Amino acid sequence: MIKLKRFLHSQKYAPYIFILPFVIIFIIFWLFPLLNSFRMSFQDQMLGQEPIWIGFDNYKKLMNDTVFVKAVTNSVIYMAATLLLLIPFPMLFAVLLDSKYMKLREFFKSSFFVPALTSVVVAGTIFRLMFGEMEGSLMNTFLANFNLGPFKYLKDQTLSRIALLALACWRWTGVNMLYFLAGLNAIDKEYYEAAAIDGATAFQRFKNITVPLIKPTTVYVLTISIYAGLAMFTESLMLFNGNNSPKNIGLTIVGYLYRQGIEKNRLGYAATVGIFLLIVAMTINLTQLKLTGTFKKEGSK
Amino acid sequence: MKIINKKWGTLLLVFILIFTLTGCGGGSSTDTTDSTSSSDTGTGETETSQLGADAGEDAIEFDYWTFVDLHGKHFEKMLGLWNEANPDRQIKLNVTVMPYDDMHNKLLIAVQTGQGAPDISDIEVGRFPDFIAGAEVPLVDLTDAVAPYADKTVESRLDIYSKDGKIYGFPTHVGATVAFYNTEILEEAGIDYTEIVTWDDYKEAGIKLYAETGKYLGTADTSAGWQASILAAQQGVDLTDDEGNPMINSPELIRGMEMLVDLQENNVIATIPGGQPDTEEAKGEYNMGNYASALMPLWFMSRFTNEMTDLEGKIAIAPLPVFEEGQPRSLGLGGTGTVVTKTAKDIELATDFLTFAKISDEANIEIWNTLGFDPVNTDVWQMEDVTHNPDNEFVQYFQNNPFDVLNEIDGEIMLVKSTASSPSINNIWNTITTNEIFEDGRDVTEALNEAQELIEQDLQ
Repeated sequence: MIKLKRFLHSQKYAPYIFILPFVIIFIIFWLFPLLNSFRMSFQDQMLGQEPIWIGFDNYKKLMNDTVFVKAVTNSVIYMAATLLLLIPFPMLFAVLLDSKYMKLREFFKSSFFVPALTSVVVAGTIFRLMFGEMEGSLMNTFLANFNLGPFKYLKDQTLSRIALLALACWRWTGVNMLYFLAGLNAIDKEYYEAAAIDGATAFQRFKNITVPLIKPTTVYVLTISIYAGLAMFTESLMLFNGNNSPKNIGLTIVGYLYRQGIEKNRLGYAATVGIFLLIVAMTINLTQLKLTGTFKKEGSK
Repeated sequence: MKIINKKWGTLLLVFILIFTLTGCGGGSSTDTTDSTSSSDTGTGETETSQLGADAGEDAIEFDYWTFVDLHGKHFEKMLGLWNEANPDRQIKLNVTVMPYDDMHNKLLIAVQTGQGAPDISDIEVGRFPDFIAGAEVPLVDLTDAVAPYADKTVESRLDIYSKDGKIYGFPTHVGATVAFYNTEILEEAGIDYTEIVTWDDYKEAGIKLYAETGKYLGTADTSAGWQASILAAQQGVDLTDDEGNPMINSPELIRGMEMLVDLQENNVIATIPGGQPDTEEAKGEYNMGNYASALMPLWFMSRFTNEMTDLEGKIAIAPLPVFEEGQPRSLGLGGTGTVVTKTAKDIELATDFLTFAKISDEANIEIWNTLGFDPVNTDVWQMEDVTHNPDNEFVQYFQNNPFDVLNEIDGEIMLVKSTASSPSINNIWNTITTNEIFEDGRDVTEALNEAQELIEQDLQ
């Protein structure tokens, strides 16, 4: 009894007890599946059949798989474009909303955020109809006012990317904006007052106070956006009404994983695709974190 | 030391962050499969309804999955008859309707793991090879159940659900492909559909139609392979060779596709929203009268009566155009095999019920009455009182009787083989090849050669 009490009160062990639930969940749901898929990537595995060890065959096949290259290209372009659109604009909106001259602040905040609460399935279906190739679809009707179109949006590489990005921006601008608003709240208002007294313009204040001080938020948003961009699947699935898009213009890495693993029952090969995704996401993110200086010792320059 | 700690700490954080996000990703993708089913992906929403609720307490409950809402209607009728005739073998049927891809993907995982599969399910012919691929087929052998009816049934419709001489699925229909013409539009341009015999006639009619009305005679399908199968079969080949290997770049198919491209260049046919006639968008186009013909299997009739109601009384059915007179004018396309899974609660009862509901004489008559499909029992084709019943909604909707056409082309209905390479062929053909040919104007020979390569690569 005393022993137990001493154990529970020990400063050495108590923290581990507190994080135990997380560690257990982490091991069962993340570490175990991760190691398992790593093992599977070296096997030819189908559900209901004994796996066969095939060494690096899956990896060799992956390197020569043109459809996979297409999927990676799509995912990387989508990710890069979301970074360009979903970091500067939400930051700008957050700064505008944070300004004391802003009217109807709560209204804008919630209306930006509402799309994130809707189901991707519903949103994807609506966007599919909006970007339909019929002359009567919303986008074609709209562009007809400028004597443009009609276009077959979801059969064209560039146009379908625009449609996907429109969906992503509509959905995620509000979420990223809220991250930045939270970051802005943490900045001491006295900096701005002091700068204003010294005669700094609004732009100078934004550039020299807001941007540097909001950097931790920016890095966080960047990190999750890189991963979310690379792992995008649902939006494409919904927009193209299934995992098969014309000429694979909407195929993503996860879409390919789904096609191989679930649709074709080649779980080993799908695991290889998953491992590839993990490696790419980790590499990009670690490089990015290194460059933005997140690994540096606190306080040092 | 402290620096290193900080560094490793951050690194660990990044790891955790990414794994947690992977979690979100994984989580939302499972959501997707669930929510896809609740979304409308063309075939309808996931919906479970119970049939035979009045079947009594001893009734055995079966789960039945399908991707076509209408099929449930047929089972409702047959279940009523079964429960009436078999008071000691009562059945309740829980019908779950899911979108096409979703249902097949879920079913495949369920039968392979032996967990969560329904007792009875529909499987589309294009996906059937996936289910009988392994050494251990997870479906019940139905050969003995079919045996008493085998001589009345179109053999090729049993073959597509068979492996090594064993039948694993009850067929639903023959799916004889015919031409559906919108006579109202054709008359506007002074075209008589009965005079269209060859593809040259079809082209001539289409050019005239476009000149007079600006409307297209037919479709250039970009998301279905039916047209390719039609053109290949008329010239005596298939998309696969005798061993079941893909044969996409055959001279016959190249000739056929070049003919379609020629039709497209002359504005006889055009791509259609949705990619092929049996999609929501395309049925809208047909209903508005923008396309004057659909070359589709006979089961497309039910789409007319259910979804294109504006065209009632305007549609006539005729044999397909051919290259030269004397070539076979039809082939069986599409199809649904109904199977009993090995994990079914009562395999014997399920098999007996399906035999009654899908292949008995009554079933074949009801398949025509309720679904408007061409039944696999060709005896039914000769039953005047059934096929020409004036109360039948299909008889009422169309200008001529489909069975007159069927009996005319009986014996010319070719078979499309369904092989282990079929799912790959369909995938590449429907997503890449047809889009390149009809949307990008790529050279047919080049596109088909590349398709052949891609399919072979995919099959490795």
